[in-house]
Amino acid sequence: MTRARINEVLGFTLLWLCMAFCLFFLGAILYFIVVRGAPAITWEFLTEVPRRSMTQGGVAPAIAGTFYLTLGAMLLAFPLGLASAIYLCEYSPKNASLNIIRLSINNLAGVPSVVFGLFGLALFVKAFGFGVSILSGALTLGIMALPGIISASQEALTAVPQSYREASLALGASHWQTIKKVVLPSALPGILTGVILAVGRVAGETAPILFTAATFYTRDYPTSPFSEVMALPYHIYALMTEGTRPEQQTPIAYGCALILLALVLTISAVAIVVRQRQRRSYGT
Amino acid sequence: MEPEVKIKAQHVNFFYGKSPALKDINLDIYANQVTALIGPSGCGKSTFIRLLNRMNDLIPGARMEGRITMDGQDIFAPRRDVVSLRRQVGMVFQKPNPFPKSIFENIAYGLKLGGVKDRAFIEQRVIESLKKAAIYDEIKDRLHDNALMLSGGQQQRLCIARCIAVDPKVILFDEPCASLDPISTRKIEELILELKKDYTIAIVTHNMQQAARVSDYTAFLYLGSLIEFGATQKLFTVPKEKMTEDYLSGRFG
Repeated sequence: MTRARINEVLGFTLLWLCMAFCLFFLGAILYFIVVRGAPAITWEFLTEVPRRSMTQGGVAPAIAGTFYLTLGAMLLAFPLGLASAIYLCEYSPKNASLNIIRLSINNLAGVPSVVFGLFGLALFVKAFGFGVSILSGALTLGIMALPGIISASQEALTAVPQSYREASLALGASHWQTIKKVVLPSALPGILTGVILAVGRVAGETAPILFTAATFYTRDYPTSPFSEVMALPYHIYALMTEGTRPEQQTPIAYGCALILLALVLTISAVAIVVRQRQRRSYGT
Repeated sequence: MEPEVKIKAQHVNFFYGKSPALKDINLDIYANQVTALIGPSGCGKSTFIRLLNRMNDLIPGARMEGRITMDGQDIFAPRRDVVSLRRQVGMVFQKPNPFPKSIFENIAYGLKLGGVKDRAFIEQRVIESLKKAAIYDEIKDRLHDNALMLSGGQQQRLCIARCIAVDPKVILFDEPCASLDPISTRKIEELILELKKDYTIAIVTHNMQQAARVSDYTAFLYLGSLIEFGATQKLFTVPKEKMTEDYLSGRFG
């Protein structure tokens, strides 16, 4: 074999090994969670409230809590993020300050989630007096999800061909009509993909709700936006660090992890389907 | 006898930032005639017709001087509504740009923008426009298919139909055949000759033969200046300017 050929085979093998290594961990995570979590999953586990200081019963309030927190966060982040992206892409003058704004948004996306948690505690829980509640938690999660939604929406809006805008304007459409009837419908699948991925992230975050929304144990479902709630990711954390019967708590934690994983993977799958349909219907 | 002047440009200068793109253009576009703008790339011909429906308004840092009137009214007057101007001055672009909607929705778009709600009227106007653009027979069974499924030439005729549907007075063609094959090009050219009965037409092309085939008047631009303007037959056979002659005979361009 020539030297070039040997290098090629070596390089190729190395790349393949790296890929296999990543795949191995991905598979290992799934395997562990499923094997350890599956025994805990029963109908009762999904639908009942916890009993006997967390060691028996189900985690239904935590599932409900995660649902409300995620929904609340999206109700805030989706309209706000989309509106900001539309302004930045379609209206704001293209100059240096736009670049600074974009840079800031990207930096915001890199802020550690526990910092958002502290911010939420200071602002929503204390200053606004919302207390430890769904509202405070959802607002904190929503702000954390904003940069991602803005970036995804901007990308989707920028990908809409300029020729669509020109065609619409040349027919006597106003700027806003053009955005509403041509640009947004074309960008929507891309925007939705970003939103769905944000949902996945928000549902799984622990740190932002640590001080703002979550409680280890309530027997009740939340009754108002000002209720404290249980949430799946925080429940896992609590089960593994608090309580007096770790040997009974650990299987429940894995059960919660499995539910959370299933939730997030399902949401990502939906995102993939949406993206595929977008590619098909816009033929690009 | 000279035909009626539809659009009149007087001393038009145009700048992208600081660099001038048009220099002191004086040009008349006659009603129900086809006026061709020819010249090498970058001569300002596209810039000029994009002034006529104010598409250049979108370019940041661009500036215009001079006066352009349509039917005697200044189209750049501060109180002039750009939306109503664009409904009177339609445009067909270089690359066919149908919306990713159905054929029907593409044509109905402009009508709906204008607030038309009567479905029977919209349907009638859609069919009428497709017939006028000589595409109806090819697609009459597929009105609700996605417009992007059509061939390039069909897409361009669809865009012409979309433009006609809002009932403009003037249609601007910005190199409408640049991305089309010869057969599609021929169909578009035949269509333009048909359309001039009802509309005033300005067409930018860098295909000189095309200008000779479809236009009544031709303007030759070079580096932002209008070198020569005249009846197409005269300009192509006995050009007054040496530069026009050189360009037409392929000595530069």
